[in-house]
Amino acid sequence: MAYTKRLDGRSMDQLREMEAEIGVISRAQGSARFKIGDTVAIAAVYGPRELHPRFLQNPQKGVLRCEYDMMSFSVAERKRPGPSRRSQEISYVTGKCLEPVLDLNKYPNTVIDVFIYIPQANAGTRCAGICAATLALADAGIPMKDLVVAVSVGKVGEKIVIDLTKEEEDYLDGATDIPVAIMPRNGKITLLQLDGGVSKEELKEALILAKKGCEKIYEFLQDTLKKSVEAAK
Amino acid sequence: MGQILTKDKIVIPGQVIAEGMDYLPSNGTVREGEKIISVTTGLLKVDGRLVNVLSLKGPYMPKIGDSVIGQVVDITLGGWQIEIGTAYPAGLSLKDASQEYIERGVDLTRYFNFREIVFAKITNIVRTKIIDLTMRGPGLRKLEAGRIVKVTPSKVPRIIGKQGSMIGVIKEKTKCNILVGQNGIAWIKGETQADEIKAEQAILKIEKESHIEGLTEKIEKFLG
Repeated sequence: MAYTKRLDGRSMDQLREMEAEIGVISRAQGSARFKIGDTVAIAAVYGPRELHPRFLQNPQKGVLRCEYDMMSFSVAERKRPGPSRRSQEISYVTGKCLEPVLDLNKYPNTVIDVFIYIPQANAGTRCAGICAATLALADAGIPMKDLVVAVSVGKVGEKIVIDLTKEEEDYLDGATDIPVAIMPRNGKITLLQLDGGVSKEELKEALILAKKGCEKIYEFLQDTLKKSVEAAK
Repeated sequence: MGQILTKDKIVIPGQVIAEGMDYLPSNGTVREGEKIISVTTGLLKVDGRLVNVLSLKGPYMPKIGDSVIGQVVDITLGGWQIEIGTAYPAGLSLKDASQEYIERGVDLTRYFNFREIVFAKITNIVRTKIIDLTMRGPGLRKLEAGRIVKVTPSKVPRIIGKQGSMIGVIKEKTKCNILVGQNGIAWIKGETQADEIKAEQAILKIEKESHIEGLTEKIEKFLG
């Protein structure tokens, strides 16, 4: 059966409902919670602080250290807590995708720690994690040239769709998942992964869709940041 | 001809504030081609040609001449290591530690022991990694008793107020002795615990409501 209608009734280019909150962890330098559909990510930023072990220190610029993990109760079957092959990879790519917007030259020999945890997962966790981390970094007051916005696009059956759910990722006729992170102001891509198979044309179409989706999320994140300042008033 | 593009008072990272070469980026902003972009969340202030963003939050960046409050975390042969809320502990050398002559081999805990709090001044910074402190100067001393309040370093100027007006009000109303370090650590010492708590609450209130105008009057009312 061809995939003509989405399982949760959304249109092909419609994002799930978003929610965001700033300052959820009082002892962190900056923190945020980002929710898209049933996927929730919490991020906390600490630092700049002294980096140990010392051989990791860079005397020319600071180091951004990301840690991503899913909580054991976040998925249907218990996730064994602690670093795994998957979470180590995601921690690495998240760090690499956030770095271009940060000016780390001001903080030589130090580390900025970003912790991302997923208390509830329904696909697109790394994208939700990146959005939460970018809010947390902005909340921490770390100089950033732009926000980084991420969304997953993909192919379900023969259709290109945005913001896949777990059910869509597990679609019987095959599904492809493409997480994309963008710096919206200059449109540069800082994260692009692909799990599955797509043709060149389909990838192009998916990226155009991702860009559109990212712009919507970007507006939402900007709004959230502004509101958080106004709420403090 | 350049122009300011935003009417917002609050700007966020990545927001384009101005266009054209007529404006100059100052604190909290960078130039990218023709555009001036905010790099932090804060309040926008355009001062003539200078575009400023007053950051609402952020790490403490030490500057030469800052008075800071810190804690002794280590004692070495050459002096003390003081934690002042930066990524690196600052060093207080023997010759800068006291007015009196400190002899070689003497027990340094006699002067400053572990975990003691000092009010010191930054004399030198070598590439943010090495910070030198001094205890020689008016008002610089070891702080005993009282309580410590931590606030966001960027709010310190607001807590002190114009020519110390805000801190003056708190001192006068609570009869407390208050010192505020540029690193966002304040020390309060009053006659009674109740006075100290009142002063602490006032300082935290200023931190929370720092962007409100007429805050001095509000604090005066709060303290009664």
